[in-house]
Amino acid sequence: MIRVSLPRIGTADAWRKAARGFLATGTPPQEISWGDTSVQAGLFDISADTPQHTLVTVPRSFLSMANSVVWHSDPSRFARLYAFLWRLRDAPHLMTDRGDADLAALRRMEKNVHRCQHKMKAFVRFRETGAPDADRRSFAAWFEPTHHTTEPTAQFFVRRFADMDWQIITPDVSVFFENGRLRFEVDVPQPDLPDDASEALWVTYFRNIFNPARLKVQAMQSEMPKKYWKNMPEAAAIPELIARAPDRAREMALAAPTLPPARLAAVQAQQATNVSAWDGTRDELVSAISTCTRCALHRTATQAVPGEGPADASLMIVGEQPGDEEDLTGRPFVGPAGRLFDQIAQQAGLDRKQVFVTNAVKHFKFRPDGKRRLHERPDAGETEHCRWWLMAEIAQIRPQLILALGATAARSLTGNGADLLARRGKVERGPDETPVLITVHPSWLLRLRDAGRRREASLLFCQDLELAVKLSQSQATLRNRQA
Amino acid sequence: MVRQTVEQKLAILSDAAKYDASCASSGSTRRDSRAGKSLGSNEGSGICHAYAPDGRCISLLKILMTNFCIYDCSYCINRSSSNVTRARFSVDEVVRLTIEFYRRNYIEGLFLSSGIIRSPDATMLDMVRIARKLRHDENFRGYIHLKTIPDAAPELIEEAGLLADRLSINVELPTDASVRQYAPEKNPEQIRRAMAGVRLRKEISKDRSHTGKRPARFAPAGQSTQMIIGADNATDTTVLGQSTRLYSGYRLKRVYYSAFSPIPDASARLPLISPPLQREHRLYQADWLLRFYGFDLEEITGHRPDGNLDLEIDPKLAWALANRALFPVSVNRAPRELLLRVPGFGTKTVGRILSTRRHRNIRYDDLIRMGAQMKKARAFIEAAGWTPGQLTDSAGLRARFAPPPEQLSLF
Repeated sequence: MIRVSLPRIGTADAWRKAARGFLATGTPPQEISWGDTSVQAGLFDISADTPQHTLVTVPRSFLSMANSVVWHSDPSRFARLYAFLWRLRDAPHLMTDRGDADLAALRRMEKNVHRCQHKMKAFVRFRETGAPDADRRSFAAWFEPTHHTTEPTAQFFVRRFADMDWQIITPDVSVFFENGRLRFEVDVPQPDLPDDASEALWVTYFRNIFNPARLKVQAMQSEMPKKYWKNMPEAAAIPELIARAPDRAREMALAAPTLPPARLAAVQAQQATNVSAWDGTRDELVSAISTCTRCALHRTATQAVPGEGPADASLMIVGEQPGDEEDLTGRPFVGPAGRLFDQIAQQAGLDRKQVFVTNAVKHFKFRPDGKRRLHERPDAGETEHCRWWLMAEIAQIRPQLILALGATAARSLTGNGADLLARRGKVERGPDETPVLITVHPSWLLRLRDAGRRREASLLFCQDLELAVKLSQSQATLRNRQA
Repeated sequence: MVRQTVEQKLAILSDAAKYDASCASSGSTRRDSRAGKSLGSNEGSGICHAYAPDGRCISLLKILMTNFCIYDCSYCINRSSSNVTRARFSVDEVVRLTIEFYRRNYIEGLFLSSGIIRSPDATMLDMVRIARKLRHDENFRGYIHLKTIPDAAPELIEEAGLLADRLSINVELPTDASVRQYAPEKNPEQIRRAMAGVRLRKEISKDRSHTGKRPARFAPAGQSTQMIIGADNATDTTVLGQSTRLYSGYRLKRVYYSAFSPIPDASARLPLISPPLQREHRLYQADWLLRFYGFDLEEITGHRPDGNLDLEIDPKLAWALANRALFPVSVNRAPRELLLRVPGFGTKTVGRILSTRRHRNIRYDDLIRMGAQMKKARAFIEAAGWTPGQLTDSAGLRARFAPPPEQLSLF
């Protein structure tokens, strides 16, 4: 048998080099006896120089697995890895066969090493060994890992604590980081670390962040096994915290309610004077709309979206309801349909700043679907409830013409929700005899899949907007002349 | 009054912070301090540096800046009408504690929350000042989670998002009505508006400028929220309905469910109960099913007569027992969506099944090696050499999973 003895530092590279050589020379697993320097050589072992390596290809996933498994404490790890590698030569797909018993064992070892690495990152506790005001501070820790995880985990500490000197001493391999240089040593004796004042603060924190009313000792121990406790300063407090917890919870429940402190009135008076920067200056109608609870939609929407535009606008445009973006920003016509509207309005010579835009329903109605909110059409009841606010806006603006976009707006304004496409482009009578021009909603244009139909419909929509501009202007001049 | 030491303040202000459930430190940008000029790193996955006997992970230094508060929320230990001892950290004290704890590898970073002193803006400004000092003066690259005050000015929330990894705004209770009842100074609509603002601001930071330059990352680990469970009479259907809306509307990373837990000096308006820990656990399971397993809210709670989840068995098993007609499914042929619905199969197990069955038929023993919980799964699947026979439809199937019935006490 060929005896391979791998070093304790740099094990991963050494194993990889040796395995690559054996694979190239076609040495079967049963002819190799793997071990590290701590394992005694067998009676019939011959120690051989590892053969010269040549190019060997293996799946990348095997390499990353092997890079973890070599650090496992099980003495059979090297042999298991090589045996699996030997099988992998003819069947590279074995790496994706998670039911394979050899692979399952290796994956389990990999998981153990990862867990051990993770616990090392979590449970190493440094104590300060230098002066706290030194230019480069120094820290040291004693830690007892289950597997040989010091070397693969050292880079984590380098990435995290590059601006200080630190050392982690373990019974196995120890690591030193001094002035930006990393080095490993084996069999360093356990040092006597000085006391650290911050440790007392940390224990205070640990004792107080614990909630005695929800004791779950099992959950704690499965994540923080007892084998780590002896090197963690806070662990000494655990038995007492557990023992006192039921009494503390009972005391809280039995305590009689107390009278509020004397300062309460002053505090409440101060609270009442606070003004939120979110509210700004709003007129009465806008504030009233934002507190509306006439239908159930206010419970799910972010906020009510009131109309927006100059108070003396001669044209008012009424859409259906706010969409996702309108609901988030609190402004009408800013979503995809709003952007399309702006684009076509520009072609039609309609200046968005000169018109008052609003919606027939002020809250967003939707159905949650994973990470999205899907628009749902408001029903007749919701539209009817919200008509109150639309009428109030009309009464305030007193437009010459109202442009109704889509069936919901048309129904709310004229009381008739029938066949929109037959009515489009025509003027009907709205509230207070205000003329209402009917057209489609821009979101309908967005939903048309066929490019030709969409172009056609956009053109018609553009014509409707042009008509709206013309009508609102002529109505305005008419009224001015009458006055 | 005698001046409090840092240790006394730490005791008071960490005790006051323990009712915040979140302690996550994951999902942020990868960064390190290898250049030697700064301190700390973030590796994407979080690290729990210790566990308290309540089973909760301690990843961050979770403290309040102060527990003075002008709000009077009935469920809160720090409400203005409570008689707890009050304390206040200075900016420097929080910064020093964070840095010293971090250097000793106790924590991943800071979770800073606060009672409202003077005004929401003044409080938020102090919290931002702490984050600014950590990032700019101490070159701290660890994790910062700031609890955001919804009424604070948008500019302050903006700066907070540029400094912190995660922002969170608590919705507090599952319905608007209970927020108004138990937290009279809080406005549920304003809470939603602030969350909407964070989402919009985060989306802006993803757009590159015309030169292709990326703007500064805004809250790279996203935003989260917390809901107290069991203080009001909302059902699980209401709670989960609220969280699906929060996930879809504001792209939250997490909704935390916090079982209403006894507090010292409780309010007479909200009597203490033993915390509904099992309910909290079931809600988290249902939350995962909604987000990662393709379940609808209606599927999870629709078959429950009172709108609450089954406390005895997990929601996936409850769904499977109510929909036995779909089972058994064949692990060798069923599509991914259906495999995800098998009780005892997680997303990882399903991934392993899919990659293995490309090469060969999967047997019962393979599933054990793939990490499936066969005690639950075996009644619902068929594999090579395994069929559940009458087991799937047997009347006693539920009893195999539920805890044994208990004799009622006579006293």
